[in-house]
Amino acid sequence: MSALQLTRIGHAYFGRTVLDHIDFQVDSAEVVALVGPSGCGKSTLVHIAAGIVEPLRGRVERGYRRHGMIFQEPRLLPWATARHNISYPLRIAGVPRSERKERAMQAALTVAFDPDDLDKYPSELSGGMRQRIAIARALVIEPDFLFCDEPFTALDVALKRRMQDIVIETSRQARFAAVFVTHDLMEAARVAHRIVVLDSTGNGIAGERRLLNAPGHRSDEMIFKTVQSFLRDDPIFRHIDDVDERRLP
Amino acid sequence: MTEWLERLGRSGRFAWSAWSGLAALALLAALWQVGHEAYGDFILPSPLATIEAALAMLADPAAWEIALLTSRRALKGFLAASIAGAALGLAAGYFPAVLRVARPLVTVLLGVPPIAWIVLAMIWFGSTDGTVAVTILVAASPLVFVSVAEGVMSRDRKLDDMARAFGAKAFKRLTTLSLRHVAAHLFPALVVSLGSAFKVAVMAELLANVGGIGGELARTRANLDIAGALAWVLIAVAALIVVEYGLIHPVRAEFERWRVAAQPWGVKR
Repeated sequence: MSALQLTRIGHAYFGRTVLDHIDFQVDSAEVVALVGPSGCGKSTLVHIAAGIVEPLRGRVERGYRRHGMIFQEPRLLPWATARHNISYPLRIAGVPRSERKERAMQAALTVAFDPDDLDKYPSELSGGMRQRIAIARALVIEPDFLFCDEPFTALDVALKRRMQDIVIETSRQARFAAVFVTHDLMEAARVAHRIVVLDSTGNGIAGERRLLNAPGHRSDEMIFKTVQSFLRDDPIFRHIDDVDERRLP
Repeated sequence: MTEWLERLGRSGRFAWSAWSGLAALALLAALWQVGHEAYGDFILPSPLATIEAALAMLADPAAWEIALLTSRRALKGFLAASIAGAALGLAAGYFPAVLRVARPLVTVLLGVPPIAWIVLAMIWFGSTDGTVAVTILVAASPLVFVSVAEGVMSRDRKLDDMARAFGAKAFKRLTTLSLRHVAAHLFPALVVSLGSAFKVAVMAELLANVGGIGGELARTRANLDIAGALAWVLIAVAALIVVEYGLIHPVRAEFERWRVAAQPWGVKR
């Protein structure tokens, strides 16, 4: 039984088709990176898989118990403290207050968020801290599936690496499966077991490549070489850096 | 424990900020005094004389009864206006069709002067509390309605999506996200509509002759008792200040702690 199975998914916004004929599957405890040029419908696909958007066509089957999600922006509640932001999914699930407090603390420690800052508001914290809160919020419900929609695009290089390490480490410990949307191939090659490339017009999957070794056991040199050979020799990655080419005349 | 200490600290800061308010009132009193010295006792009694007259009045329990009667009427109308305006505003924010129908009606309601509503209400309800309540309802609810509808429409849909991703159903999203966002738009409207509730209450009382502060104003006017009239105005304003700073502002401060946290050090109010 796979953790997530999408069958013949199709979607359109106001009559313009953004996705069609998508078949996509994730095994349990597998991290899949979903890459493609910007505007090809990666985010829409993940939103459909996470249940935020109802697809026009096709079927979504979920074999996991519960999922967490990290967005491109932190999407925190500005009026709530870090602690209440982290425990927000627990509040939705109806977990009692004292338990929420305890589990928010645990999640904060997992993402190396200073417990002294738990009573601060998002406006008092830096961008990296806010994204840590967003990660902790996704992990606090102890998910067995994680959706990441370009979660670290806005962060600087060093912080990005730290965040990727946190995701790699927790996914290995908690053994959750994940879909990781990104347009950064280096990031995909660091965190994922498998890279799936979406067709540049959103019409089906262009192809997929399985990576050697488990995430976290790859040297930087090896990641760099893999990405170089993908970009140079592999036809499915040819359009990866195109900037919405289909709009050009 | 620390939470309560923090709350106490916030209340203390709030009380301390009353000094600046007092300074503004003292400035007003100074201008008033200038007016008094220019025009004399008959046109404009001095602020001290007015305060003395008000205190003398309040020594009589009957005056408290009158002030309380007006306050109760104003608060009743204010509550009805807030609830009706907020409920309709929520509906209009979520369903654009409701808003499209309601907007012209709001314009019509706001276009008719309150004085006309008092006359109509007097014809319909006679000289009763109903006249005051209906006038306040009509005068104060459109503002609350518009603010709440604007609040719902300007909510952050990305937060809605986030909540949906974590499995929140529509009702949970309403209570944990939308209402919280609407509160920021609602409170300024509540302050304004509370003020207009008091004003309209006094005006309706005066015209409908149903007692209260408005009734007393009518009586002092008939007796050419200028100091008495000013004293009643003073009492009406004091009642409004007590309600606004004793009820609305503390609730608002509780909701808006995060905004204060966002302000840089040194400009906290």
